Amino acid sequence: MSEHTHDHDHHEAEGPHVSLKEYVIGFVLAVILTVIPFWLVMGNVFESSTTTALLILSFMVVQIVVHMVFFLHMNFHSEGGWNMLALIFTLVLVFITLAGSLWVMISLNNNMMPGMMG
Amino acid sequence: MFENLDLTKLIFGRLTWDAIPFHDPIILATFAVVAVGGVAMLVALTRYKLWGYLWTEWFTSIDHKKIGIMYIILGLVMLLRGFADAIMMRLQQAMAFGDNMGYLPPDHYDQIFTAHGVIMIFFVAMPLVTGIMNYLIPLQIGTRDVAFPFLNNFSFWMTAGGAALMMISLFIGEFAKTGWLAYPPLSGILQSPGVGVDYYIWSLQIAGVGTLLSGINLLVTIVKMRAPGMSLMKMPVFTWTSLCTNVLIVAAFPVLTAVLGMLTLDRYLGTAFFTNDMGGNAMMYVNLIWIWGHPEVYILILPVFGIFSEIVATYSRKPLFGYTSMVYATVVITVLSYLVWLHHFFTMGSGASVNSFFGITTMIISIPTGAKIFNWLFTMFRGRIKFDVPMLWTLGFMVTFVIGGMTGVLLAVPPVDFVLHNSLFLIAHFHNVIIGGVLFGLFAGITYWFPKATGYKLDEFWGKLSFWFWLIGFYFAFMPLYVLGLMGVTRRVSHFEDQSLQIWFQIAAFGAVLIAVGIAAFLIQLIVSFRRREALADETGDPWDGRTLEWSTSSPPPPYNFAFTPRVHDLDAWWQMKQHGFKRPESGFIPIHMPKGTWAGIVLSAISVACGFALIWHMWLAAAVTFVALIGTAIYHTFNYDRDYYIPAEEVERIEAERTKVLANV
Repeated sequence: MSEHTHDHDHHEAEGPHVSLKEYVIGFVLAVILTVIPFWLVMGNVFESSTTTALLILSFMVVQIVVHMVFFLHMNFHSEGGWNMLALIFTLVLVFITLAGSLWVMISLNNNMMPGMMG
Repeated sequence: MFENLDLTKLIFGRLTWDAIPFHDPIILATFAVVAVGGVAMLVALTRYKLWGYLWTEWFTSIDHKKIGIMYIILGLVMLLRGFADAIMMRLQQAMAFGDNMGYLPPDHYDQIFTAHGVIMIFFVAMPLVTGIMNYLIPLQIGTRDVAFPFLNNFSFWMTAGGAALMMISLFIGEFAKTGWLAYPPLSGILQSPGVGVDYYIWSLQIAGVGTLLSGINLLVTIVKMRAPGMSLMKMPVFTWTSLCTNVLIVAAFPVLTAVLGMLTLDRYLGTAFFTNDMGGNAMMYVNLIWIWGHPEVYILILPVFGIFSEIVATYSRKPLFGYTSMVYATVVITVLSYLVWLHHFFTMGSGASVNSFFGITTMIISIPTGAKIFNWLFTMFRGRIKFDVPMLWTLGFMVTFVIGGMTGVLLAVPPVDFVLHNSLFLIAHFHNVIIGGVLFGLFAGITYWFPKATGYKLDEFWGKLSFWFWLIGFYFAFMPLYVLGLMGVTRRVSHFEDQSLQIWFQIAAFGAVLIAVGIAAFLIQLIVSFRRREALADETGDPWDGRTLEWSTSSPPPPYNFAFTPRVHDLDAWWQMKQHGFKRPESGFIPIHMPKGTWAGIVLSAISVACGFALIWHMWLAAAVTFVALIGTAIYHTFNYDRDYYIPAEEVERIEAERTKVLANV
């Protein structure tokens, strides 16, 4: 086992190069990306609430990426590419689930309750 | 504020003496039998002083092999319960015609078909599949345990806890009367105000924690802990299919958790996700639960495809035909399994374009599956086939599963589905693939790896008997349902007027009796084999001349599996080692680092069951206390630093020397 353990230690040493700088950048970005949506809502910056909602959603997406890069230390070759593969698979499934559900439910409403669809 | 506080209600919630089904003689008799049996078992355990042994060697063990065996025992015990439900339904439907109302009142019948489905999927098929994966994956990839050994024990106990909660519903209160997926609005608080659906929700949520964690655990194990040299394309096929299954578990089970969570909010807090009013949409539940439900089907069948692949190769004494295509077919099925969920509700009304899309994806999924069947056939072609029991199950599977697959493709045609939706044709179809596929595969796997786990083979005669009764029984039990389905008989009906249908139900009931004999033969096989274990002993560790690494260990394997981590140079690593005259190392052993058993898994699970029970009966005080206890115990466990130990080199040397001696005598 000891040979095996050594292998492990070696791997961990090769793990993500974590630095304080990275965390600070990530933290600052996360704060900025959180404050802006609050400001958008509380300051009534836009007339239409749809614009506000869409902007908040896009900030959310950027926020997710910031978390993944700076806090989860993901990139194209971490863990021998497994992280990226898992991410792509997740994205595909989330897309299928969301887009599929929307398509199914909207078609359903169109067919079954045409009166209620504007 | 507290002036109208009702202390009884605070403590007991809605649990009263009325919850005990004294009025139902069937349940009361069952309870009596269970109680007598249970007490007898407790007395026997105490009498033979087995509590300490069970507690230290099994319940608190985090050895993946023992956990795997416990999963399989759980699955087999629950199979008996699920089959008891099945035979009760068959009996009811065989007699309840015209004036005869049968022996089951409708509301009891409704609970039985719900319980049957829930038990067979969640507490029979899942534990059996997980158990076999748990036992085999570390052995097949040449490692000593799974990635997170404690988590493994915890996962098992959560699954067992879910099963326990489900069993409690039989005697205290009731179970859901909604069918195994509990569609709202029927499962909403207005239509199902009782505790049945709550039992359903909490037993699945508790078991779901176990399933998800075990999925993560096995996934990490396969990705990170393979023996040096075992690249992905040198992994045994069973490990490959398990990898894909665990990916599916990790991706799909959160959807189930979320959708049941929303149903819980609807029932407990009056939200309106799936209600008929307030903008809720019950169809969204159907949509979401099948986004979990369809991958779930493949979670069950993929590992079983792996089992068949191992068995076919071993008993044909040939390498598996088309290993690469087998792997790609598995991966394609994994992805496609996410694109077909709507075929479970073609009739919901999403329209022609949605239905044709999902109809076509469903038909496409039969292509990689068909490729697998041809691979197995070509593996057998010109092989030296030995017709041992696992191979019989495999052949039975290939014939039966193809029939089930073809009726599946029929149902994938939306217009056909409009005729057959929710009919007995559907019931026949999915029993055809789940019994003919999953269950036959699990029996094949259990028979195949039994000597590895216990050190002795299973008795051939009773195994063959069990196989033939299962196979013939299956055809008698389900072919009539195809016919009835085509005549338009729907599922979940407890009484019929049309006398001309009765004969078909009677044939089906006869089939169920044959299956009962098959199950009995399997149990007798276990007993007979145990009593003949000297004669059936497997001392080589490789009774079938196997191909993969698990057969390189002794039977049963030592706690540390491998004294030295094997190096893998080729697919079918053990076969290749045998061809090259592999010699076991007999000296130079070093101490082996191992994880230590812990009480935390079983205790956390017990508290979860208590918490679930309190939530079901609205005992808010008890629910709060158990929830805090659950979190507290989990945190307390993190301070347990006494988690590992070393097996000294002398001990390893002693075990290995003993094996050398045994091998020399073979």
